Amino acid sequence: MQRKLLLEHIDVPGIQSYDVYRSKGGYASVEKALKTMTPDAVVEEVKKSGLRGRGGAGFPTGMKWSFLAKPEGVPRYLVCNADESEPGTFKDRYLMQHIPHLLIEGMITSSFALGAKTSYIYVRGEFFYIIRILEKAIAEAYKNGWLGKNIQGSGFDHDIYVHPGAGAYICGEETALLESLEGKRGNPRIKPPFPAVKGLYDCPTVVNNVETISAVVPIVNNGGEAYAAIGIGKSTGNKLISASGHIKKPGVYEIEMGLTVEEFIYSDALCGGILNDKKLKAVVAGGSSVPILPAELILKTASGEPRLMSYESLADGGFATGTMLGSGGFIVMDESASIVHNLYTFTRFYHHESCGQCSPCREGTSWMEKILHKILEGHGTISDIDLLWDIQRKIEGNTICPLGDAAAWPVASAIRHFRPEFEAYVNNPKQQLEVSYYDHCRNLASAEV
Amino acid sequence: MAKVTIDGIDIEVPDGTTILQAARMIGPEVAPPTMCYHSKLKTSGGYCRTCLVEVTKGSEKDPRPMPKLVASCRTNVMDGMVVTNGLSEKVQDARAGVVEFLLLNHPLDCPICDQAGECHLQDLSYEHGNYNTRTDFERRTFEKIDIGDKIQLHMTRCILCYRCVKVAEQITDGRVHGVLNRGDLSEISTYIKEAIDNDFSGNMIDVCPVGALTDKTFRFKSRVWFTKPVDAHRDCDKCSGKVVLWYKGDDVLRVTGRKDQWGEVEEFICNTCRFDKKQTSDWTIEGVREISRHSVISANKYKRLVRPKRLTINDIKALPE
Repeated sequence: MQRKLLLEHIDVPGIQSYDVYRSKGGYASVEKALKTMTPDAVVEEVKKSGLRGRGGAGFPTGMKWSFLAKPEGVPRYLVCNADESEPGTFKDRYLMQHIPHLLIEGMITSSFALGAKTSYIYVRGEFFYIIRILEKAIAEAYKNGWLGKNIQGSGFDHDIYVHPGAGAYICGEETALLESLEGKRGNPRIKPPFPAVKGLYDCPTVVNNVETISAVVPIVNNGGEAYAAIGIGKSTGNKLISASGHIKKPGVYEIEMGLTVEEFIYSDALCGGILNDKKLKAVVAGGSSVPILPAELILKTASGEPRLMSYESLADGGFATGTMLGSGGFIVMDESASIVHNLYTFTRFYHHESCGQCSPCREGTSWMEKILHKILEGHGTISDIDLLWDIQRKIEGNTICPLGDAAAWPVASAIRHFRPEFEAYVNNPKQQLEVSYYDHCRNLASAEV
Repeated sequence: MAKVTIDGIDIEVPDGTTILQAARMIGPEVAPPTMCYHSKLKTSGGYCRTCLVEVTKGSEKDPRPMPKLVASCRTNVMDGMVVTNGLSEKVQDARAGVVEFLLLNHPLDCPICDQAGECHLQDLSYEHGNYNTRTDFERRTFEKIDIGDKIQLHMTRCILCYRCVKVAEQITDGRVHGVLNRGDLSEISTYIKEAIDNDFSGNMIDVCPVGALTDKTFRFKSRVWFTKPVDAHRDCDKCSGKVVLWYKGDDVLRVTGRKDQWGEVEEFICNTCRFDKKQTSDWTIEGVREISRHSVISANKYKRLVRPKRLTINDIKALPE
């Protein structure tokens, strides 16, 4: 088992409180950065570490930071994206709930690197209890001189504010998040300009995921090169994976990038295998937005090599035979799961969460949901499957923000890999409905046991 | 200055010009259609996605093509950029998709819609849409709300272009309406059913590309193609006073702002000119107005028109410089 970086002290009793966190070496990165490093040196370390955004897109964090415009006399902001709403992803919530000071520490260090005097944590509206935890942690940090004016005598001032969202998935998109933070309707902005040039209140802004900001702490503590040594290829470091679905031990796991998918699912230390020792059917590897892959493709790439938990390996083969690491929401489905049913659930979600700004997403997501509902009700036709394919093709890439893509990819991949299952629903709906409903109930029952 | 090539035609434009503006400078043959962009409104555009174009060469410095289709109304040109619009299969396909999405929940009540004949959605679907619909689901409806005594709102016809919201924000001195709700339930509405009442609110009617916002004083009076547009002006202390009067016989049935060849208002007019001055004696007549884009005056325009075919490279060569 490799060394944990983020969840190292997660089991220490009372780690939520400042005293315990500090006694375990907390806030060392702030001390190190403020006393021995320049802001540019911190950015350089993050660049060296090869850290990539943990929110889904996997954009190199160091590069994002170096894009930040630095005009004279204009404030800069760091915004932490804690609007974690992707179905199947719950790593940020876990991190904030159990070890809130890690995020606060990362925020201070990152803000020092970026020269931001104010930063915001935009928390998903449903995470009300998390807001209380964070506010308590921030109050403790203020009390102990890690926030406020002249932090630890270094001359660096910093304030953190927690801002609750109102429960909209779209506000996890960085520009919609900024709009919402400004108090407006959470509609994604049209890019360019990018937030690095014109972000919050028209000032240069960096938006990073909770896990990304937390990962800055071990990077500064141990050095960028030490972090880059972990992992495989361009996927450096550790990644939190939220494992859920038909597995024996669902939960949040911190793994080193490069672990094989097979080991992740079947090893006793991690997911522990498929529930009730059934056969693996399919995996959604990175949250509901990424393409679903059937068992044979998730365990091995199209060229027959074992698939690894890394940005590159999961994307191997493009969307034809690959998927994405995404946000790390790892949803496992066993042989009893119905792909059509599952797809309907996902599509219903995207329909509900579309902001309605641009037409392909606004109209397309609801259309796809209606067609899938029709198929599930047993009124579908074969041409409906082709129509679904055509709709997703016309949404993908034609929208303002990635929500359109996120709605289109699951549909595309489900039809690409599981078309016979759709046809079975169309040709023999009654039998399919009975089987899947029965299995659904049985699974629920066994999960409770 | 930046040199761009759009559908094989070169043009030099100032830096900061959008692809759409550059294409419009070349001419209507290569200009992408628009629904939500309005040249007189800041930050408009980018929502409807009908103006998507393919950028096959990013710029002289960075010749990589752009990975996705881009909204030409919100993308600035770069020196050496190569754009394909009518020639690109990908663009035509995406545009047909957008038209289908826009019509998906549109009631298609053109026979009773006051906008019929000058509706951008009619033109767009004629030029880029399919003949058949592929949906058999019930179309979306909304609860009817009254937004005042001047303007009629038909939310079912709305394509959510946000133009009227931008008018209220940029032209009038207090926006009381906006977009409520989310996704396909989004609707134009006033806050707790407040009436829209200020001196320039009538411009919302002019910028609406469809029949969602229509003139209550003109409601069901006449089909627009039976009326005759005449340029006129008067001295107005609120606006430029330059308008178009729409005559039927000797009566002025309605007054609107003057629209350019793209169907976008040239100068916004005030509500006094629009709603209260409906006598010929109020106006100095300038002459008959030519309206090129719409079928407004030339009834049966579509009948005489040959449905535009997809451009080929040979057609492009024949286009005027």
